[in-house]
Amino acid sequence: MSASEIADDVRSGRRSARDVLEEHLARVDEHEGEIHAFNLVLADEARAAADSVDAAVGAGSDPGPLAGVPIAVKDNMATRGIATTCGSRILEGWLPPYDATVITRLRDAGAVIVGKTNLDEFAMGSSTENSAFGPTRNPRDPSRVAGGSSGGSAAAVAAGFASLAIGSDTGGSIRQPAALCGVVGMKPTYGAVSRYGLVAFASSLDQIGPFSNSVTDAALLLEAMWGHDPLDSTSIAQPLPAVGSVLDDGVAGLRVGVIEELTDVDGIEPEVHAAVEAAASALADAGAKVDRVSVPSTMFGLSAYYLIAPAEASSNLARYDGVRYGLRVDGDDVAAMNAATRNAGFGPEVKRRIMLGTYALSAGYYDAYYGQAQRVRTLIIRDFDRAYEQFDVLLSPTSPTVAFELGAKTADPLAMYLSDVCTIPTNLAGHPAISVPFGTGAYGLPVGVQVLAPALGEPVMFRAARAIERSSP
Amino acid sequence: MISREDVVHVARLARLALSDAEIEAITPELAAILEHAAELSALDTEGVPPTAHPLPLVNVFRADVPRPGVERDEVLAAAPQAEDGRFRVPRILGEAP
Repeated sequence: MSASEIADDVRSGRRSARDVLEEHLARVDEHEGEIHAFNLVLADEARAAADSVDAAVGAGSDPGPLAGVPIAVKDNMATRGIATTCGSRILEGWLPPYDATVITRLRDAGAVIVGKTNLDEFAMGSSTENSAFGPTRNPRDPSRVAGGSSGGSAAAVAAGFASLAIGSDTGGSIRQPAALCGVVGMKPTYGAVSRYGLVAFASSLDQIGPFSNSVTDAALLLEAMWGHDPLDSTSIAQPLPAVGSVLDDGVAGLRVGVIEELTDVDGIEPEVHAAVEAAASALADAGAKVDRVSVPSTMFGLSAYYLIAPAEASSNLARYDGVRYGLRVDGDDVAAMNAATRNAGFGPEVKRRIMLGTYALSAGYYDAYYGQAQRVRTLIIRDFDRAYEQFDVLLSPTSPTVAFELGAKTADPLAMYLSDVCTIPTNLAGHPAISVPFGTGAYGLPVGVQVLAPALGEPVMFRAARAIERSSP
Repeated sequence: MISREDVVHVARLARLALSDAEIEAITPELAAILEHAAELSALDTEGVPPTAHPLPLVNVFRADVPRPGVERDEVLAAAPQAEDGRFRVPRILGEAP
């Protein structure tokens, strides 16, 4: 059931938030053992939250736009007094002393938090196989991955454990799992949603965004949580545009560009390519002007990203030193304790990225690797700027492939990284993008089509996404 | 090409006590990733300024007024070891025992 229907029903007293929650918890009881979407199910807390929503309705007040909507939260967002693991052993036993701003906003909007979802450790990965607590399985085919890093959030929505979920997207970590699980996933413009309380991975790229069963629900959730937050200095201070009210404005006259370098290239499965073509045709049928566009430097996004993101991560993850929170492994002195703690607490992918980032920032290599990646980032932004002079939105696949089998890419880090080739350029530019389910590909598995827009172009992006959704097979 | 010595050096900088087996495994992995990333060097970026951040933000200030922060005891409760309102750590390298 859609989040907007649930909220309408709960606000008007047609259904109780408690009944809605129990239906979702029953599905968790039945299938969570197989799927492993959650690191922690908060059944008692959720029941108390649902009951207080119902009490508010009973007393004649309005609990908010997400009244009684069960929502799942990625386990890298701080929840006061509730374990927040980031899928890592190194945060073992840590109970955050504060709530992330998004958590506060969700509660204020009447949402009911059902649990903390599994993720690749510190959001580093594309399959949720890098979690210290075991992988999440794809509800559409449990022999396959849910994508990542927000695989638990995508799976929770796809399995009906929650009506909505939130994740974080640094290089595609919302959109790629959304595509693989057949749900909607959206990365907002950088700075649109507060990062306060989101455990940092790569601060210039990280952004929180929604998962949902529909484009309309994604807009509903986005509008409930975005907007300026003084606790995040990188939060956008200007008023943000209305999205929900323009969703169904259609695409007549809209200029849509299909990105050649992310669509018409080797590595994109034929069925995925066909889905993008079909979505483009559907937009043209609805009155949009559709053309191919070249955004050449997006081809280099992956390489730039895998220097910039690890460089930022190596700095951000320096805080896990065995002093202030989580795990400590003893050593003879502080340096030995730090190194022993970090080696025991981090998994292989996190170590790989810390090593890569430290190397890219080290004396003698800084300019050739990190500096060059930052300059290429500028080239990518310039290429997007040129494309958006001619087009309102751009189109590409979300993921080059449908969901792959567990273990298929774990032995080859570079092959895993290629899962994000289509989603990374938007993060480097700070732009918004959304993945919309559009039919099925190989093995009958879901395919996602990605709509990209310039900074704060969410209204036009959502209009195109809604039109694609309407025409989805 | 990244060497075993480079990896040992970087692990020390990154405060990771990698085992010998981990060093053996990670060296070729890092080499493969860096080899892929080397494609960037082919791009002409002469005169192109670096982008460190997608928003043109400079010096974001707030009013300099006191406000409640996170409770000290709650923070220390999350630490592996604390004592007298402070984090407790092993001795610092070079100190007398």
